Amino acid sequence: MFLDKVKVGGTGTVKTLKATPVIRKRLLAMGLTPGIDFKVVKVAPMGDPIEIKVRGYQLTMRKNEASCVEIEEVEV
Amino acid sequence: MHTIALCGNPNSGKTSVFNALTGAHQHVGNWPGVTVERKEGEFSIGDEKYKVVDLPGTYSLSANSADEKVARDFIIEGKPELTIVVIDQTNIERNLYLALEIIEMGRPVLFAMNMDDEATKLGISIDTEGLARFLNISACKTVASKKRGIDQLKAAIKDSVENQKFPKLIRFSEKAERIIDELSVYFDKVEKKELKRWYTIKTMENDDLIAEKLSEEDYAKISEKLHEIETKLGNEADILLAEERYAIIHGIAKEFVKRVITEEGRERLSTQIDSVVTHRIWGIPIFIAVMWLMFQSAFFVGGYLVDVVDVWFNDLATYLSSVMGDGIFSSFITEAVIGGLGAFCVFLPQLFILFLFIAFLGDIGYMSRAAFVMDRFMHGLGLHGKSFIPMILGFGCTVPGVMAARTLESRKDRILTILVTPLMSCGARLPVYALFGSIFFPGHEGTVTFTLYVIGIVLAIIMARLFKSQFFKGEETIFIMELPPYRFPSPRETFGQAFRHSWSFLKKAGTFIFLAVIVIWLLSVFPAGVDAPKEENYIGTIGKVMEPVFRPLGFEGWEAGVALTFGVFAKEIVVGTFGTLFTGQELGSVEEFADAGVKGPLIQGLKHVFPNSLAAFSFMIFVLIYTPCVATLATIKQEIGWKWMLFTAVYLFALAYVTSLVFYNVGLLFI
Repeated sequence: MFLDKVKVGGTGTVKTLKATPVIRKRLLAMGLTPGIDFKVVKVAPMGDPIEIKVRGYQLTMRKNEASCVEIEEVEV
Repeated sequence: MHTIALCGNPNSGKTSVFNALTGAHQHVGNWPGVTVERKEGEFSIGDEKYKVVDLPGTYSLSANSADEKVARDFIIEGKPELTIVVIDQTNIERNLYLALEIIEMGRPVLFAMNMDDEATKLGISIDTEGLARFLNISACKTVASKKRGIDQLKAAIKDSVENQKFPKLIRFSEKAERIIDELSVYFDKVEKKELKRWYTIKTMENDDLIAEKLSEEDYAKISEKLHEIETKLGNEADILLAEERYAIIHGIAKEFVKRVITEEGRERLSTQIDSVVTHRIWGIPIFIAVMWLMFQSAFFVGGYLVDVVDVWFNDLATYLSSVMGDGIFSSFITEAVIGGLGAFCVFLPQLFILFLFIAFLGDIGYMSRAAFVMDRFMHGLGLHGKSFIPMILGFGCTVPGVMAARTLESRKDRILTILVTPLMSCGARLPVYALFGSIFFPGHEGTVTFTLYVIGIVLAIIMARLFKSQFFKGEETIFIMELPPYRFPSPRETFGQAFRHSWSFLKKAGTFIFLAVIVIWLLSVFPAGVDAPKEENYIGTIGKVMEPVFRPLGFEGWEAGVALTFGVFAKEIVVGTFGTLFTGQELGSVEEFADAGVKGPLIQGLKHVFPNSLAAFSFMIFVLIYTPCVATLATIKQEIGWKWMLFTAVYLFALAYVTSLVFYNVGLLFI
């Protein structure tokens, strides 16, 4: 499963990144590394981008970028 | 002079540190070859002088973008004696990621542990000395926005520069170290042996820098080897490195960071504000309301001040001309010098208010929310969520619009936004629409004006997509950023930023505008020596030369060329120029011409140049699109350089010409 499919309020753990080098490096720098827990906080008014909470801060990304993050969902 | 570099994450307070260190001693330029802003400043401690180079705010140094490349290359090639890393203590883990990457470069490092007040409030206490000792670097605590800890920071800078300390070698896990050993042999031949390890790490991160450092043969070999390793690993090597860096950071945090209470207090407040500000339904209306408020303040409160300033300059000009009498010299002083100064000083009150809003919204943390709310829409247009504010400002005045594009992090988005912002029909073009509307489309002025705005927006969308595919092909747009916690801004910082922006406009654009005014004055006065844009002066000659050029667009008379030439000085002058040419009176609107009893000659004159409403609309389209005013051009030059400024001037002229040409000639088929 991928991050863009997680509903608002859902939590999970990052498994790996299946992204192009540019997106991957940015996601990694922002702390989305394998094994880290996150929570999907919100979806923007027009349905994209999304907001997640990871490593104690709020991070936003487009769904397109979220679809590169393979995850294990913990709770819906 | 000692050279030191300053870097840090966006929102870490890096700009505050830079301002606190250097005060007013700053220069803004560009990095050679790239359109990334290069800010430098100076300060002294005792007799020693220091030059600070403010590197772009980035989350990492993996050379994803021009900004990151500039920052990385400066630390490696520019060899600063010290690199200051500004760290937001309230988000220590993510901030340490960039810090570790910088430490890996092996150059002397100083941590400015910023936002100490907020961290204390949140119950976060960091053992700065322990951390510094552990990493073999220097560190001190600061609250840069309140100028606290700056003296200590300066003392630490002096000490670090005098006693060069090289940071501890960060060792990864055995697994990663084995890979580094395997790959580093390919760098045995590089000149700088001390960078061997760093090059290897960059190889694992697929950095294109490596291709430059190795022979083609070695590069092919190392790529193959890396591929082999990654296959065995079952993952990309950069994921492994990032994971390990964060593991190291986790260890550091465990050792040196104490959290007395949880972060809930601030979090709750930020979440509460966000539950309204980025709400699914209210998010967009709130955004529109904020924009509306900004406009109202700038163009009504500011507009009042504009009138005041305008009156001062007019009074000054009248007084001087009464003292000096008529004549060329008097005309030069009142028209060119005072007129030129006035022309950009009248902008200032409005600009200042807009800059104040932008600074305030950025400082409290709203700008990134606005980008979050609007990104879906802007992304559809090929732009970035943060492009919305510059473009909307463009409807008021293009100058602050172009300057607001600074909030965009990537150079590509910044350039794209600046290139299309002039297509947002600015306030100065309205008098032209109003005059032509009332004469050629009586009763339909509103529709005609609205149509022009829509044409501008549609063209902006088309051009943005075109430029993106032409100039930035293959460059991915990424929208991965922090939504920083809401912060109460420091008035000193916010006002300071607005002042600096206004001042930089005055200084840079001012010179440019002033020169343009003088050139235009010379053209309109010589060789006949009469102060009016008469046929026999150079400006008349220019008009006549352009006449055949403009004829295919439907403009039949040299006056159109003259008005458009003056319009490059400021678009609203198009109206005044027609007034002077046809009635001998330089007035601003059709009502003023009616009041002066010269509406008849004006209408006659215009109908002579524009024989039908088709030609008139073609002219209106031209005014909407063509080369922006000198103030805008000067600002574009300042923001993204000469090359793009010239490009904007030329492309908009060409676009205006083609659009009017197509419109007029297709229109002719129907009438």
